[in-house]
Amino acid sequence: MSALVDKQGKTPIIAAENLSKTFSSGVFIREKTAAVQGASFEMFPGTVFSLIGESGSGKTTIGKLILKLIKPTSGRLLYRGQDITEIKGKNALRNYYRKVQGIFQDPFSSFNPLFRVDRVFDMVYDVFLPHEKNRAERTAEVLKSVNLNPERILHQFPHQLSGGQLQRLLIARSLLLDVDVLVADELISMLDASTRMGILNLLVDICHERGMSILFITHDLALGYYISDYTLIMHRGRLVEKGATEKIYNNPVHPYTKMLFNSVPDIGHKWDKNEKFIPEHVDREIDAFYRKNSGQGFDYVDTDHGVLFSLE
Amino acid sequence: MSAEKILKLEELRAYYRVLKGDVKALDGVSLHVKRGEILGVAGESGCGKSTLANTLILRKRPLQHISGKALFLGKDLMTMPEEEFRKMRFRQISIIPQYALDALSPTKKIRTFITDMAHEHEIETNAAFFGKVAERFAMVNLDQNVLNKYPIELSGGMKQRVVMIISTLMNPDLVIADEITSALDVSSQRFAATMLMELRDQGIIGSAIFITHDISILYQVADRLLIMYAGHVVETGPVEELIQNPRHPYTQALIRSLPKVGAQITEERLEGIKGTPPELLDIGSGCRFRFRCPYQTEKCLQTPETTHINENHSLACWHFEEIGSERVG
Repeated sequence: MSALVDKQGKTPIIAAENLSKTFSSGVFIREKTAAVQGASFEMFPGTVFSLIGESGSGKTTIGKLILKLIKPTSGRLLYRGQDITEIKGKNALRNYYRKVQGIFQDPFSSFNPLFRVDRVFDMVYDVFLPHEKNRAERTAEVLKSVNLNPERILHQFPHQLSGGQLQRLLIARSLLLDVDVLVADELISMLDASTRMGILNLLVDICHERGMSILFITHDLALGYYISDYTLIMHRGRLVEKGATEKIYNNPVHPYTKMLFNSVPDIGHKWDKNEKFIPEHVDREIDAFYRKNSGQGFDYVDTDHGVLFSLE
Repeated sequence: MSAEKILKLEELRAYYRVLKGDVKALDGVSLHVKRGEILGVAGESGCGKSTLANTLILRKRPLQHISGKALFLGKDLMTMPEEEFRKMRFRQISIIPQYALDALSPTKKIRTFITDMAHEHEIETNAAFFGKVAERFAMVNLDQNVLNKYPIELSGGMKQRVVMIISTLMNPDLVIADEITSALDVSSQRFAATMLMELRDQGIIGSAIFITHDISILYQVADRLLIMYAGHVVETGPVEELIQNPRHPYTQALIRSLPKVGAQITEERLEGIKGTPPELLDIGSGCRFRFRCPYQTEKCLQTPETTHINENHSLACWHFEEIGSERVG
């Protein structure tokens, strides 16, 4: 099924098989929204994956599913071969969260404004690492690894720190645990251009050093290209294209991916001024594309290119 | 050089007067906008770029004009009586606001909103008026039915287009576009930015000031670029020249930190700028970038003067000649 075959023969940490999530809303008339439809992908250790999509494409939903914040409607999500919906009970959940953690967009609302930084860390110890004896040492070590000075940071309140520092702190907090999978949802979209690069470089370094797997959810294609080894492109709840970052960027197949790459503002090249660009027209192109390939069956997988698109 | 300068700012100072003191968000800003050009204003959050927009159009407390002039079509916007300024807004100078998605009234249909707005500015809303509205809507690929809808029924990109059309309805000489692309998806971003260029090319708007934190968008639309840092203008010049050959250390570092499609971390590591922008409350004199600048010396304790490298390219740095130019990309 999967188009991603890891060359080193590593086993995936996270594997999604035909994963779907439908939200329903409304009291009398149930309205259904298919946030994720039939997504299949695998995540390998030591690899950065970028999940790219526009607003409403379902990229955050996939992050939430991995973090077990919501339950899938159908399909399976495996963590090291185990279906994560079967992880139940306090201890099992804690064990899961020792390995899988998330960091989010808004660093200012990710911390309790009344807690000093050291208390934030103490809470992690109390819940996840009750037997840790050298708390201070371990904290200092982790803070240093994200380029923060422990003496200056630990007694501060969140409002006394900058967005970049808080974002580093979030990463440090998850590094206290021995995580396998880090879901970074729009991590740096609130940071300025001059501060975001430091955070990104740090994240990639940590990923490679510790052999973690990072799911970097973003709408920014240039950043996605910069940091990731693999790219997954989402459109309206469907995974429309996936594969090695370089391959996808150099030779996109799906019309939606092409449209995205054509419209990304890039200081390397200018938009084509002669092209009459109307975003709505991509729907027609997608239709035509699917019609043209409709003989190929439901899940057409091009293993060579690493492309997957669904015809339904 | 021949083009008329429709807006000219001379040493404009506007501070936020708060209990603790003055937040010097615009401190001696000089710039000009020629007829028919799009000036891109870029900078990090808190550099004063939105304050610039608000000073030029709102003049509202706690933001206070301290000194300097803002000459628009020969008249000083800063000292103009409110009555007179009111007549210029929307007709001659107009803003496409930041958070345009919330700029429409949620309880009014678009048609009612436009009618109210026109009446407020004493414009008759006859069939010809709405004919023009429909014409403009068609230009941005919007159906006329949009007029009978509530904002909640429209997508973010559509709302942005509606707001753009309303702001430019009276063919203003100058449009200030404040972060109009920042809350949009890439495809809508491209559409909105291209639209602004097209409005200018068709002569519907005279000139535009395009304010954003995203330099890569400015590279696509702007003719000239103005880089702000902590309330000062650090460098200004033609867009191609500034991107390819930045001279101010801040501009150099900023452009170096931009990711490009085609550059991967494994091949080329981009570095950010260490430290954070300074607090603008009662900030003293001196170059404001000196706290983060690798080239800073004692000389930088004095506010740098603006130097012209050529006719269109100027910057404010004491040491730019020693630093030299850095090739990017």
